[in-house]
Amino acid sequence: MRNAVALAAGTLFGAGLAVSGMTDPQRVRAFLDLAGDWDPTLAFVMAGAILPMALAWAVRPRLAAPLVAPAWHLPETRRLDRRLVAGALIFGVGWGLAGLCPGPAVAALALAPAPAALFVAAMLAGMAAHRLLLPR
Amino acid sequence: MPGLPDAVPPAGFAGGLMIGVAAAVMLLGLGRIAGVSGLVARAAGLAEGGAPRALAGLFVLGLPLGAALVALLQGQVASRFPDSLPLLVTGGLLVGFGTRLGSGCTSGHGVCGLSRLSPRSLVATALFMGAGFLTVFLMRAMGMLP
Repeated sequence: MRNAVALAAGTLFGAGLAVSGMTDPQRVRAFLDLAGDWDPTLAFVMAGAILPMALAWAVRPRLAAPLVAPAWHLPETRRLDRRLVAGALIFGVGWGLAGLCPGPAVAALALAPAPAALFVAAMLAGMAAHRLLLPR
Repeated sequence: MPGLPDAVPPAGFAGGLMIGVAAAVMLLGLGRIAGVSGLVARAAGLAEGGAPRALAGLFVLGLPLGAALVALLQGQVASRFPDSLPLLVTGGLLVGFGTRLGSGCTSGHGVCGLSRLSPRSLVATALFMGAGFLTVFLMRAMGMLP
């Protein structure tokens, strides 16, 4: 049951990325391109996504446990550290260079398989490098 | 949009709602954050802890599945990648390394964290957005963009 819910959520997430135009790296980079032909679409996507999630966060305290799982597994929200800052900056540079973040890159495997696979392979290599160089 | 011919705000908002509902299903249904970088790392065996591997793998599998379904229904979905191989590889390496180091990407920090008003996610999102704007600004200044 939990696996089915995860597959359904992933499928809806991927469909949302495609509907919103976020599986198009050129459109994403156009959002970051303030000095070029700026495309604000990404801001509307974020607004649309944050709305249901804000409702979900408001509902969460009323639930003793998740609907189909035994316990909550939520990250802490307060501690700021150098890893967070450095990681976000490095991610942002990569996002700007290619116009891709992890979700759209994986979803695009179905749309532009060759370049998406190349990007995802490099992304996995970056994740592996982090695991080797900076184990927790 | 007037003056912004390429923008598609209604489609963006509608797709955004779908993404937000998917993330809400993960939160309220499974008690987990729909953070794609973390779930990908977990599915690929590159992270300890976190979601069970099968669950992470099925969520990740759903992403191209959902995009394929939309392409099927709509006829096509634009996906214009950069032509440059070095750009794709460098971008991928930095995105993979940075999202692990910073514990999240646009979905985990951006969608799930901002909607929770998480200070960590507010800082992370401001930083990766800022770095993204600056990177593209410099690319344009150096003549790397049309």
